[in-house]
Amino acid sequence: MSTADMKVYRPPVIDIIEEGDELLEVAMGPHHPSTHGVFRMDVALDGERVIRLKPVFGYLHRNHEKIAEKASYLAAMPYTDRLDYFCSLTNNWAYALAVEKLAGLEVPERAEYIRVITAELTRIQNHASSIGFLMQEMGASGTPLMYAFRERERILDLFEELTGSRMMCNYMRFGGCRVELPTGWLAKAQTIVDGLPKFIDEIEALLTGNEILMARCQGMGILKPDLAINAGVTGPMLRATGVNYDLRKVDHYGIYDRFKFRVPLGDHGDIFDRYMIRVLEMRESVTILHQAIKDIPAGPIMDPKSKIRGFRPKPGEAYGRIEAPKGELGFYLISDGSGNPYRYRVRPPSLINLTILEDMCLGHNVADVVLIFGSVDIVLGEVDR
Amino acid sequence: MKSTEEILAMIQAALPAAHVELVLNPSPSAQHSLRVAPADAFAVASFLRESVELALDYCSNVTGVDWPDKEITEKVKVTQLVDGEEKVVEETVKRIEPGCLEAVYHLYSMRRAHEAIAGPVVLRMRTVNRTDQVQLPSLTFVWRAAEFQEREIFDLFGIVFTGHPDLRRILMWDEFEDHPMRRDYVDPDDYEYEPTPHDEVLKRAEAQSKSAGVTA
Repeated sequence: MSTADMKVYRPPVIDIIEEGDELLEVAMGPHHPSTHGVFRMDVALDGERVIRLKPVFGYLHRNHEKIAEKASYLAAMPYTDRLDYFCSLTNNWAYALAVEKLAGLEVPERAEYIRVITAELTRIQNHASSIGFLMQEMGASGTPLMYAFRERERILDLFEELTGSRMMCNYMRFGGCRVELPTGWLAKAQTIVDGLPKFIDEIEALLTGNEILMARCQGMGILKPDLAINAGVTGPMLRATGVNYDLRKVDHYGIYDRFKFRVPLGDHGDIFDRYMIRVLEMRESVTILHQAIKDIPAGPIMDPKSKIRGFRPKPGEAYGRIEAPKGELGFYLISDGSGNPYRYRVRPPSLINLTILEDMCLGHNVADVVLIFGSVDIVLGEVDR
Repeated sequence: MKSTEEILAMIQAALPAAHVELVLNPSPSAQHSLRVAPADAFAVASFLRESVELALDYCSNVTGVDWPDKEITEKVKVTQLVDGEEKVVEETVKRIEPGCLEAVYHLYSMRRAHEAIAGPVVLRMRTVNRTDQVQLPSLTFVWRAAEFQEREIFDLFGIVFTGHPDLRRILMWDEFEDHPMRRDYVDPDDYEYEPTPHDEVLKRAEAQSKSAGVTA
């Protein structure tokens, strides 16, 4: 093998436009309603066609990693809630998993089941609201988003009952979970999960066959599988291009090998596929939830070896990752034997999924940039950290 | 999945001139890593990506680590002339181990993902020091996933990735000068400080009063 014939995926360069054409440079954001927070795209337009697009971020940067390095291992747990504030429970899980790898802790069975139940509920509410936001950006003002939020509220009520907080859950601990399930919680969760297929049917009846949605989403913002792999795109974005890579199936972290579920894959890698993947993943999450709620055993929820106070893992390093709703969320930790991590790194799926934003948007109209950007599904709290 | 030792042997068989060494990880995660000399990094990375057997086509995580200069106190036995006799005396010697900046790449395979449960292949490379020789080769052309993450390392740690197509600050603003993720970084008193016209007026007033012989 020689490196000379290796395929190189270069970031796109500006096309040379004809002499006399004038480029219009627009700063979309940071205060643009479609940017999900404070995010800027420096766009150069030829008429309405996008010639160049450079994302600019950092408006929410607070150096999460430095804060965590100055605090104890446990003190970083509530900070992880603030990364992707839609999915605090999966953030907790990814961090707990990395620390468990670093310190060699085992998680009791019941805690694993609770983690799966909370993570899949998180996935459903994240996908539902991300579809709602996508429709909002398409001009379907309000209705689909409110349908999604109605269901999300029910799930957040469950989280509140379990963890005391609706969005900033701070629930998982190294080697288990913080508190036992309240009495009757599982029955309530079962009722909500039973109602979910009806909600997904409803949202599909409303949207999937909709002509406007198909016209604006199909064939728009196409991402090729080889570029997606090379650019490290993960999550529904990657699976919409047809690459079968779901960490629940690849790593079998937690107890995911016990559940029967399918990994939906797309064909075209366009916005419509990303929408469909999210709908289908919600359906698969419902089947996982049914199995997990049925099989959950009694028992302890914390590893007896795990210490809350004076937690000092031996020197070494570990990289732990999970399939968060937005993609692969990883935590890389280096321990020097003291009470706080020597190096603490978050691998944010939202940031890395934006690498190919320019590739997807070039040549499209500026109105479609909003849609393509919305289909990536990012949260700025995680991009900027 | 092959062990890190086997991967090292494969690299050495394919690229005999490359300097690669094994770095053991004593923690229970047992994720050992390979340290590559910066000059060989691009060739090694390309080999790892293109090799049919490994097919490490997916670069998951890229990050920096700062290792500051370390002062090490050691006890050394020295023979000395004490009262005309040769004696072995213990002396404490302080020496400074020079620090460096390190870039860490976590690699996985997507093409061969379902064949075995695979841990990450960890690739690391180190700069010469932390001050003036902080260049490392960019691996963005091997894995596009490194594009933003290398920019982030440049921004927060100050490693300069040579060959990176667009090396600008990514999280901090362009006028910012320091690298906040370094261990010896000190927070400024006021992040938002900018010289205001008021300061200029004050300076002029001070200069005038000085020339007039007035001491404040």
